[in-house]
Amino acid sequence: MKGHQHSHPHKHGAKDPACLEIFARLSEYLDGDLSAGDCAEVEAHIADCPPCVEFLKGLRNSVEASHRFRTPAAPGPVDEQMRARLQKAWSDALARRGTA
Amino acid sequence: MEGDASAFTPFVESFQAKIFQYTWLTCGQREDAEEVAQETLLKVFENFDQLREPEHVRAWVFRIAKNFCLMKRRRSVFAPERELSLDELLPSTDGERKLQIPDAAEAIETAMLRGELNSRLEAAIRQLPEIYRSVVLLRDVEELSTADAAAILEVSEDVVKQRLHRGRLALRKALASYVEAQ
Repeated sequence: MKGHQHSHPHKHGAKDPACLEIFARLSEYLDGDLSAGDCAEVEAHIADCPPCVEFLKGLRNSVEASHRFRTPAAPGPVDEQMRARLQKAWSDALARRGTA
Repeated sequence: MEGDASAFTPFVESFQAKIFQYTWLTCGQREDAEEVAQETLLKVFENFDQLREPEHVRAWVFRIAKNFCLMKRRRSVFAPERELSLDELLPSTDGERKLQIPDAAEAIETAMLRGELNSRLEAAIRQLPEIYRSVVLLRDVEELSTADAAAILEVSEDVVKQRLHRGRLALRKALASYVEAQ
């Protein structure tokens, strides 16, 4: 990854190759999967790049929303027949393990 | 998981809802999702004594669920399979369409509690092509590790990371549009 070239100012944003390179690595950055060197390069870039900061905030917040997501739909109750099958399968498994 | 008969009900209660959420967003049809969730639970119990790594019980359960979903899934209810390109997921032009999602976990929590963001997110997850949806569900919704997700989906960890990133970008874009419309 190329470092942030302050000596050659660029127009930050989705059309800028340097920003595109950062966009491509933001999930790995958020997940802590980048090497120390790559992580430092991402941080050096975003320190001076408002579009990347905005993009990172949005990505981080949408990931946070996914962590908190719970579907409002709930499964119906397990009917008696299935519950009996489940209970038997569970008991059999425990018996095979010798822990029942 | 201890081999204790009293663990049956708690196990059913804790995993049924989790499995159903996954199957509901994977199968797309409520009837299929409930059936697959129950089939998964039954298979889990039938094979519970074969579980060799209890610390990976969740990954094991979701792998079984994934396989049942593959057999059951009705492709027609979802968008056609396709790859997401990075170009379509990035901001359209410089400085345009800046995200307005509040930059705070508390604000996210509030929006989720109101149900608005939750509903929009569910719709966005459903719109994802399956290869991205499955990764997002396992990694970000169920918060399984990259290694576990790769094992469940039978792909490499690099593929999981690539699909996760594109799936996240698609969700970010969908949520940004929603927030901007408020």
